[in-house]
Amino acid sequence: MSKNDIFQPIQFRTPLSRARGMGSSHHGVSHFITERVSGLALAPLSLWGVYSALKLIGADQHTVAAWLGQPLNAVLLVLLLVSALVHLSNAVQVVIEDYIHRFTSKSALVIGNLFVCVLAGAVGIFSILKVALTVTGAH
Amino acid sequence: MVELALPKNSQVKSGKHWPAPAGAKKVKTFKIYRYDPETGGNPRWDTYDVDMDAVGPMVLDALLYIKNTIDPTLAFRRSCREGVCGSCSMNIGGRNTLACTHGWAEVPGKAVQISPLPHMPVVKDLIPDLTLFYAQYASIEPWLHTDTPEPQAEWRQSPEDREKLDGLYECILCACCSTSCPSYWWNGDKYLGPAALLHAYRWLIDSRDEATGDRLDALEDPFKLYRCHTIMNCAQVCPKGLNPAKAIAEIKKMMVERVV
Ligand code: SF4
Ligand code: SF4
Ligand code: FES
Repeated sequence: MSKNDIFQPIQFRTPLSRARGMGSSHHGVSHFITERVSGLALAPLSLWGVYSALKLIGADQHTVAAWLGQPLNAVLLVLLLVSALVHLSNAVQVVIEDYIHRFTSKSALVIGNLFVCVLAGAVGIFSILKVALTVTGAH
Repeated sequence: MVELALPKNSQVKSGKHWPAPAGAKKVKTFKIYRYDPETGGNPRWDTYDVDMDAVGPMVLDALLYIKNTIDPTLAFRRSCREGVCGSCSMNIGGRNTLACTHGWAEVPGKAVQISPLPHMPVVKDLIPDLTLFYAQYASIEPWLHTDTPEPQAEWRQSPEDREKLDGLYECILCACCSTSCPSYWWNGDKYLGPAALLHAYRWLIDSRDEATGDRLDALEDPFKLYRCHTIMNCAQVCPKGLNPAKAIAEIKKMMVERVV
């Protein structure tokens, strides 16, 4: 429950003071733009991702590694991973802010969400590069 | 946390039943939310079987009939009875609207169910506490801001610029939109809500206003503005046919235009 909760008993605060709260934090537009741009990037990237996955169905490990060894595939896969995780972490943050109102639990979850997404990104990029570079290095 | 169930003292129990007078031919049941803070206890659903031959066409007519002839303790707000004052907004048949412009025959289902606007503290029966809603409107400073010395006559505006205010200035602040908005339910203390934001936009695009930048500054906030997720309930329920969701989208567009 925040200090401004409308369901608290009438306090000695004017309604306008409650409505203004702590004022505007002067941010939000960059989050909004990131959400749209990552969504925009995801549209073609995920189409490519689905197409590639369908193509690789049933392929053995060697074929998949060779596919990933091609620079274009590795780069596109990294981009797909990054834009998906940026989009996801943004969206999850909004859901947390919507539904969790206690400052401590909200901050903990927002930070946790960020950590998980960054970790997933780091592990993912490392794995893609490891396979991609090992294969090309072997040539 | 979001409340998934009503708190114990808000759970609505079944209440009194008021049967129709003998000989009534066209009977309709009205199921109405009742809560009296003075007697305490839980809110309840009272049911009134009303002889519709004696009642005018609107839900407000039925409410007035019930109050005048069946149960004078029923409390609700109304004034203009023609959709211009915004007092009689309530939830009728599961939808926020004005009782004075909504015909009872249009309400689906056997009984006409009426409750106060959702997710607001209740003062009594169908009267919600809209104090914060009005204060949120005041917080967007709904008046012309200018630094230029006032002209001798009025501030002038071209007919085209005046037209931009159509679809915005007609708002009667009935709160149907804000109280139908899930974002406003969960974060009504920090999110300004569709009605206040529609008015914010009305002043943002007024060609005579000189404080556009300050107004945008005051709105750029993850909660005040960006809690709107374009769920569109607001545009669906507005009894004046306005589209607050579109006004909010325009504000978001202005925010982007300012930085790119
Ligand atoms: S925008 Fe429509 S629903 Fe919202 S307060 Fe104004 S008139 Fe009522
Ligand atoms: S469009 Fe925005 S303001 Fe309208 S109901 Fe949805 S979240 Fe609320
Ligand atoms: S009584 Fe005025 S809007 Fe219904």
